Amino acid sequence: MAENDAMPTLPKKCGPYISSVTSRGMNLVIRGIVLFFIGVFLALVLNLLQIQRNVTLFPPDVITSIFSSAWWVPPCCGTASAVIGLLYPCMDRHLGEPHKFKREWSSVMRCVAVFVGINHASAKVNFANNIQLSLTLAALSIGLWWTFDRSRSGFGLGIGIAFLATLVSQLLVYNGVYQYTSPDFLYVRSWLPCIFFAGGITMGNIGRQLAMYECKVIAEKSHED
Amino acid sequence: MTLTEKLRERISRAFYNHGLLCASYPIPIILFTGLCILACCYPLLKLPLPGTGPVEYSTPVKDYSPPSPDVGLQQGDLSERPDWYVGAPVAYIQQIFVKATVSPWQKNFLAVDVFRSPLSRVFQLVEEIRNHALRDSSGVKSLEEVCLQVTDLLPGLKKLRNLLPEHGCLLLSPGNFWQNDRERFNADPDIIKTIHQHEPKTLQTSATLKDLLFGLPGKYSGVNLYNRKRVVSYTVTLGLQQYDSRFLSSLRSRLKLLHPSPNCTLREENIVHVHFKEEIGIAELIPLVTTYIILFAYIYFSTRKIDMVKSKWGLALAAVVTVLSSLLMSVGLCTLFGLTPTLNGGEIFPYLVVVIGLENVLVLTKSVVSTPVDLEVKLRIAQGMQNDLSGVVLLGLVSCLQEFCLFAVVGLVSDFFLQMFFFTTVLSIDIRRMELADLNKRLPAEACMPPAKPVSRSQRYERQPAMRPATPHTITLQPSSFRNLRLPKRLRVIYFFARTRLAQRLIMAGTVIWIGILVYTDPAGLRTYLTSQVTEQSPLGEAGLPPMPVPGGVLPAGDPKIDLSVFPSDPIQLSENQTQQRNGQTELGTEAEVTWGPEDEEIWRKLSFRHWPSLFSYYNITLAKRYISILPAIPVTLYLNPQEALEVRHPQEANRYHPFLSPSSGKLGAEAQPDQASSKLQGHQDVTLYKVAALGLASGIILVLLLFCLYRVFCPKNYGQNGLSHSRRKRGDLPCDDYGYSPPETEIVPLVLRGHLMDIECLASDGMLLVSCCLVGQIRVWDAQTGDCLTVIPKPRLRRDSSGIFDYQESWDHSPDGKNGLDDSFENSHQLKRMLSPPQPLLFCDQPDLTSLIDTNFSERVKVAESETRLRAVGSRQKETGYDFSSLVGKAYEEHSTSSCGNLAGLPAPHGAPRPLGCGAEEGGCAGDLESSVWSLDLQGNLIVAGRSNGKLEVWDAIEGTLRSSNDEGQSGITALVFLNKRIVAARLNGSLDFFSLETHTSLNHLQFRGKQGRGESSIPSSPVFSSSDVIVCQLTHTVSCAHQKPITALKAAAGRLVTGSQDHTLRVFRLEDSCCLFTLQGHSGAITAVYIDQVGCTQEQQPLQAPAEPPVPPEGPSWGPLLLCTWRS
Repeated sequence: MAENDAMPTLPKKCGPYISSVTSRGMNLVIRGIVLFFIGVFLALVLNLLQIQRNVTLFPPDVITSIFSSAWWVPPCCGTASAVIGLLYPCMDRHLGEPHKFKREWSSVMRCVAVFVGINHASAKVNFANNIQLSLTLAALSIGLWWTFDRSRSGFGLGIGIAFLATLVSQLLVYNGVYQYTSPDFLYVRSWLPCIFFAGGITMGNIGRQLAMYECKVIAEKSHED
Repeated sequence: MTLTEKLRERISRAFYNHGLLCASYPIPIILFTGLCILACCYPLLKLPLPGTGPVEYSTPVKDYSPPSPDVGLQQGDLSERPDWYVGAPVAYIQQIFVKATVSPWQKNFLAVDVFRSPLSRVFQLVEEIRNHALRDSSGVKSLEEVCLQVTDLLPGLKKLRNLLPEHGCLLLSPGNFWQNDRERFNADPDIIKTIHQHEPKTLQTSATLKDLLFGLPGKYSGVNLYNRKRVVSYTVTLGLQQYDSRFLSSLRSRLKLLHPSPNCTLREENIVHVHFKEEIGIAELIPLVTTYIILFAYIYFSTRKIDMVKSKWGLALAAVVTVLSSLLMSVGLCTLFGLTPTLNGGEIFPYLVVVIGLENVLVLTKSVVSTPVDLEVKLRIAQGMQNDLSGVVLLGLVSCLQEFCLFAVVGLVSDFFLQMFFFTTVLSIDIRRMELADLNKRLPAEACMPPAKPVSRSQRYERQPAMRPATPHTITLQPSSFRNLRLPKRLRVIYFFARTRLAQRLIMAGTVIWIGILVYTDPAGLRTYLTSQVTEQSPLGEAGLPPMPVPGGVLPAGDPKIDLSVFPSDPIQLSENQTQQRNGQTELGTEAEVTWGPEDEEIWRKLSFRHWPSLFSYYNITLAKRYISILPAIPVTLYLNPQEALEVRHPQEANRYHPFLSPSSGKLGAEAQPDQASSKLQGHQDVTLYKVAALGLASGIILVLLLFCLYRVFCPKNYGQNGLSHSRRKRGDLPCDDYGYSPPETEIVPLVLRGHLMDIECLASDGMLLVSCCLVGQIRVWDAQTGDCLTVIPKPRLRRDSSGIFDYQESWDHSPDGKNGLDDSFENSHQLKRMLSPPQPLLFCDQPDLTSLIDTNFSERVKVAESETRLRAVGSRQKETGYDFSSLVGKAYEEHSTSSCGNLAGLPAPHGAPRPLGCGAEEGGCAGDLESSVWSLDLQGNLIVAGRSNGKLEVWDAIEGTLRSSNDEGQSGITALVFLNKRIVAARLNGSLDFFSLETHTSLNHLQFRGKQGRGESSIPSSPVFSSSDVIVCQLTHTVSCAHQKPITALKAAAGRLVTGSQDHTLRVFRLEDSCCLFTLQGHSGAITAVYIDQVGCTQEQQPLQAPAEPPVPPEGPSWGPLLLCTWRS
C-alpha cells in the first residue's frame, strides 16, 4: 500500500479481463463450480466409507462400488455443498460480520480432514448403542464448529442445514427413492444429522476461504479506485 | 522463582542444548534416528503385510482332525503350525476334477462337439454326488448332512440368483449355468454364449462366474472352439461343513470306481489349509488415501506460510516421513509389548496428526525460522528449540491425548521423538542449505513485495545475509507486484497450464493409474504371476511335484483309507457306459487319451487368490482372518463315444459351426479363415487386449496432439516476445494474473538499471525521481519516467559516497556520457569491467515501476559490520569485486588521474578523504562516509536526505550531487527518516527521535516544481533551483531521547502527525511541530515492521501476526503471513 505513496504515477486501473473475472457473478460461478466438485468428491469418498459398513448396497465389484449408489447422489451432494459454500459468505456479508477466525488454507484442510475423520469414526467405530454414537458424533461436530468456525451464524446455519438435509433424506427413504441396507435403521438416523451438520460447517469453511479471494480482489480494486 | 519457572527454564535449557546438538551433528543424528526407526519397526516383520496373498499350511490327510479351537491345547509340532491354524475352518472344499474327452474323434465332428457332450455329463455326475450316501453301521449319512449349507445370496447379486445355489448345499458345477437341468442344456443353442454371458465386459477385477462354476481357470477348461487337445476339464466344487473322513473316502472311491482314471498321478496325501488375510480393498484404501492426501495438503498449506526455508516440499516430505515413521514405530512398539495392533491405528493416525501432531512440526519450524538469520545455524536451531518449548511440550502434555488409547500415546511419543531428532535435523540442514545458496534468490523476491518505503528502516539489518554476491543484473520478479496488471485470457489459460503443469500431471497420473489397473486386472498379468509366486513359495508348492507323469496304465497306489463299504446307487448303468467307452476307443482310429500330469496337481492354485473369498462373500461369509481347508481333488475321467456326442448336438449348431478340423489338415485352414462366430467367441478373451491396444494408440495420439498444441501455444510466445522489442509497452498492459503466478520474465522484460556495484540497500522515490543507494554508500538518481540515470554520484553532482573508490570511479566515468558513463568506465578499465558480468549495453528504457527492477530489499537491512562481512565473503566469482576492489580502483585511478584531473578537480584519492566538490560542508560528511553506510533515504524535490549508520544526517542535492548540509549530532544510527515540509525526522537505533528543520540562509526563494509533480500531497517546494551559493542549514530542533525502548523500525508522517513503530511492540503518534507525543498505541504482540498512514488521517499499522506461543517476531516483511491490520483513529 505504501507503494502507492512511492509511485503514484503507476496507473492502477484494471483491465477488462480482471474485472470480468472479479465481477461478482463470474466469481460466484467459479466458486460454485469449485464447491460443487469438492462436494462430489467428498460424497464419493464418504459413500465408499459407508459401503464398508454395508450401509449402502454392497456391490459385487469393488471398482464399480465407487459409483454404486444412485447416480444422482453425488451431484446432489455437490449442488448442496455449492449452495452451502456460497451461502455462508453471503450470510456473513449480510450480517455485516466478516468471518475472521483462522482464515487460512491450512485451517481449512484441517477442517476437511476432521470432517472425513468424523465420517470415518461413524463408519468404523463400533459403538455400544446408537445413543452413544449420536452423542459422540454430536460432540465431535460441535468440536469441529468450535475449532474452525466459532461464529453464531455458522452454528445456526449448520443446524438448519442438518435439519433440512435429514428431513429430505428421510423423506427420500420413506418414499423409497433411496434405501439403506443398514442392519438397523436407527443406526443411520442417529448419525445423519451430525454428519450433515459437520458437512455444512466444512463446506461453509471452504466457501468462506474461497470468498476471501473475491474480497481481496475487490478490496484491492476499490482501493485502487 | 517458582518451581514451575525453574522447571521451565531447565527444560528450555535442555531444548537449547538439544537443538545445538542436532544442528551440530546432523548426519549422525539422522543415521541414529533411522536406526531407531528400523529397530522399532522390526517387530513389524512378524505382522502380515497387507496385500500379500493367502498363506497355506498343509497337513496329511491321514489322521487329520480339525484343530482344536483352544490355542493352548495344541500339541505336536507347534513350531511349524501357524498361529491361525486354530479351530475348524470355514469350510472344507472338495473338488471333483473332471477331464472328459470324446473318443474316438471323428473328422466330421463340429468344434462344439469337443465340449458339448463332456459338459452334458456334468449333470449326471452332480446327481451322483448329490445322491451319494454313506451307509454303515451307524446309519445312513447323506451329503446334505455334511455339506456347507448356504443361505441367501447378497441382495446385490440378484442376477446370479439362478446360477449359484441358495438354501442348500454349496455345490458348484458348470451345470449351474443351466440350473442343473439337463433339458435346458440340451435346448441351449449356444453353450459358449451362455457361459460367457456373465463375464464382465470391462476389466476383470475379481473372480468371474465362469471361474467359480468351472472351478478352474477359464483357459484350462478347454471350453472353446479351438481346443486342439479336445480335452475338457471342469470341476465340481463341493463345500463341506464338517470333515467326515469316511464319507469323503467313500465318495472318492465310488467316483473312482465309476470313472476310473487309470493314469492319474494326483497326489492325495495332503489337506491344504489356506488362510486369508484381511483384505484391504480399493474401497477401503480410497478413503485412507484421501485422508492422507488431505493431510499432505494440510502440511503443504502450513509450510507454505513459512518462508526462509530452502524447500517447502522437502520439509513437507520430512514432516510426512516423520508422521509415517512414527506411526510405524508406534505399531512396532505396541507389537513388541504384546498389544495387538489393528489397522485402526493407521486410519486414526492421520486425524491424530491433523488435529495435534503436525502443529508441533509447524511450531518447531516457525520458531526456528523466526530466529534471526544472521546467527549461525546451530544457534538458530538451538534458539528455535528453546522457543519451541512452550509449543511442543504443552501440546504434548496438556492436550487431552491421555484420553486416547495407549496406541495414540505411544504414537505421539514416537512422533515427538522423531520431531526432536529427525525433523529438527532436517530443518537444520535445510536452513543451512538455504543460507549458502538460496538467500541470493530469495531475498530480492521478498523485497520486491513489500512496497519500497524509503523511510522504513528497521531492525532488519539483523537479517542481512552474510554472504550475498553482488548480482546487480538479476532481478527476481515478485508475483504479487503484477497482480494489478491485466493479462489476455489466452495467456491466462496458458499460464494456468504452465503454472500447474496440469496437462503433464494429468497425463502422468492417468497413465500410471491406467497401467496399474491393467497390470492388476490383466488375467495373464501380474496378479496371476503373483499368485503363482505365492504358490511356489508356499511350503506345499515346494514340497515337490512328481518329476514326470507316470506312464499310463500304472494305477496309482490305492488310498489305504478307501472305505470298502461303498454302495453305489446305480453302478450297473455306469459300468455299461464304461465298457462302451472302452469299446469305442478300440474301434475307431483317432483316439484321445486323457492324461493327468503334474500341471493338474492342485488345479485350484491356478485360480485367482480371490476366488474363494469372492465365492464366500456372495453368501456374506467372510474369509478374512479365517481359513478354509482344501481337500485333495478327486480325479474323474470321462470318455464319451461319438454316438453320445452326436446325440447331444443341438440342431442349430450344425449350421453355425464348421466341422472341427483335424489337427493334420485343419490347423492352417482354421486359422486362415476363421468363422465369424468363432472369431467372435475366440476374440472374447483377447478383447481386453484389443481394447488396451486401441486405448493405448488413442491415448498416444492424443498425447502427441496435445504436446504439439502446447508447443504451438508456447513457442511463438517465447520467441516472439523475447528481448527488448516489446519493452515499450504501455504500463497498463503489463501481464499479470490474479493468482500470483509470475509470468516468465520475457513477458515482462524487466529492464535493468545498471550502475550499482553492490547490493542496493535503500530506495526512495517521489514518482519523478528515484534515488537508490547501494551498500557502499553510492547514491544514484534515476529518472523514474525514462529510466535514465540522471545523477551518478561521482560526477560533481551527488557526493554520497561511503568509500572514495566509487566516488572517484564514477566521477571520471560520467564525463563522456551521462547515461552510459558507467559502461564507458568499464571499457576504460578492464579490471573494473569484470565487475559486471555481462557487459551489455545499458537497458535503460522507460519502465514505469522501477522499484521492482532494482534490488530493493536491502533498503531495510543494512549493517556496517555485515556489509564488511559481505565484502569479505563474496563468492569466488565475485572475488575481484570483493577483495581487490580498492586496489584495482586505485590502479585505475592512477591511470586516469592524469587524463581526467583537469576537469575533475575534486577527485578524491581512493582511500583518502573525498574532495569537496560543491560546498564546504561536504568535507566532514565525506570523511565520515568511509566507514558508515546509508541506512535510510528520503527524497523530496531535488533534496535527498540520507541517514547513516554512524548517526549522521546528510542533505544532498539530487540534481547537482552536492552535499547541502549535514548534521552529526547524534551518534546512534538512523534507522528511518521522514522528510516532509522542510522538516526531517530521524529515528535512531537507540529509540530516540530527532527533529530537524531545514533553513535556507541565502535568498532561498520560491521553489518551483520540477516538471509534473507526482505527489499530490507534497506541499514543499520540491524542485528548488538551488545555486551552490544557497546554504541550507540543517538544524536540530527537538530531540525525543527515549521515544521507544527499542529501535524504531517504522516511521511515517502525514498531516502534521508522525507515527513511529518500534520493536517494543508499540506505536507512538507525535506532533510534527513540537515533537509532542500524542498517543501511544498498544495492542500489537510483536515488533512493528511497517506503518502506513493514509491521507485522510487515520493510521494503520501492519505487523506480522505470530502464533501466540512465539515471542520473537520475525523481522520479515509482509511476506511473512497474515497481517494483523489495526486501524487507529487519531
